[in-house]
Amino acid sequence: MPKVCIVFDRVRVEEKMLEEKAIELGHDTKMIDAKITQISTESKKNNFDFGDVVIERCVSYFRGLHFTACLEFLDVPVVNKFEVANNCGNKMLTSLLLKKHNVPTPKTYFAFSSEAALEILDKEGYPLVIKPIIGSWGRGVMPLKDRDTADAIVEVRELSDGPLDRIYYLQEMVKRPPRDIRAIAVGGNVIAAMYRTSRGFKTNIALGAEPISCEITKELEDLCIKASQAVGGGILGIDIMEDEKHGLVVHEINNTVEFKGLAKVAKRNIPKEMIEYAVTSAIR
Amino acid sequence: MNCPECDAKIKIPDDASVGEIISCPDCGSDFEIASKNGSVCELKHAEKVGEDWGE
Repeated sequence: MPKVCIVFDRVRVEEKMLEEKAIELGHDTKMIDAKITQISTESKKNNFDFGDVVIERCVSYFRGLHFTACLEFLDVPVVNKFEVANNCGNKMLTSLLLKKHNVPTPKTYFAFSSEAALEILDKEGYPLVIKPIIGSWGRGVMPLKDRDTADAIVEVRELSDGPLDRIYYLQEMVKRPPRDIRAIAVGGNVIAAMYRTSRGFKTNIALGAEPISCEITKELEDLCIKASQAVGGGILGIDIMEDEKHGLVVHEINNTVEFKGLAKVAKRNIPKEMIEYAVTSAIR
Repeated sequence: MNCPECDAKIKIPDDASVGEIISCPDCGSDFEIASKNGSVCELKHAEKVGEDWGE
């Protein structure tokens, strides 16, 4: 049986579920802490015990991305691939790829200075939603409802002056029910979906949104397959909104998908599907 | 074992694994299990939530 390695920086419920399932399926299973692993340009694959395939599960996006680059340098099969992690970790790249591959996605504007961002807002009108191009759990996602709010947010960004703060990602406010859909695609197959309902603007499970089972319709399945292909495939969490005007639209794709909420309502065994896919993709 | 911060008793579940986060019930500090040998654990301060954390 192929050996499975799970790279982590913090063991969450999901990493424990994956480890337990890999062991249950009969795989020799190893957990590796990225924080205490050292790799160099002189490193060789046989200096480490990464097994036959690595499932990269770091909670820190940049740590996981760069660790993946090192694994690929060592020719260790890794899920997800660097290119996929890069495409999904950056909302701007995701939006561009979705549009390029004709996947319905909310209209999104990009600006590279505060002045240009404010010009877009004045021209397109309020509200627009501002999102940091890198970040999760809904942090920094805010509806800009008027010029005063926009000025305040732009000022905060200019004061913090992080390199990514100069990239403005402004998205149309989609008219939708107070929920969104999270689907998990594994190797291009949609294995589970849920509604995330919330009384507030954000629908992240991390912020307390309620998971409710969602039927995987043909329309939802086709959309997720196209979205998965657009970013390079693998194990993905696809976020979808029900736009009153345009139907289902994909607004985000997650590379290191959290699934403890969805596992409560899913019919299929999510960690099992993930382990089996990782092993199969490594053999191919 | 005792909390490295406030010395309160911290109960570590038998099935807890290296890399898991344990919170002190008294002071609320978070610790990561750095190593585990039977019932003996070594704790280190857990990393703070980073700007790039998430899925």
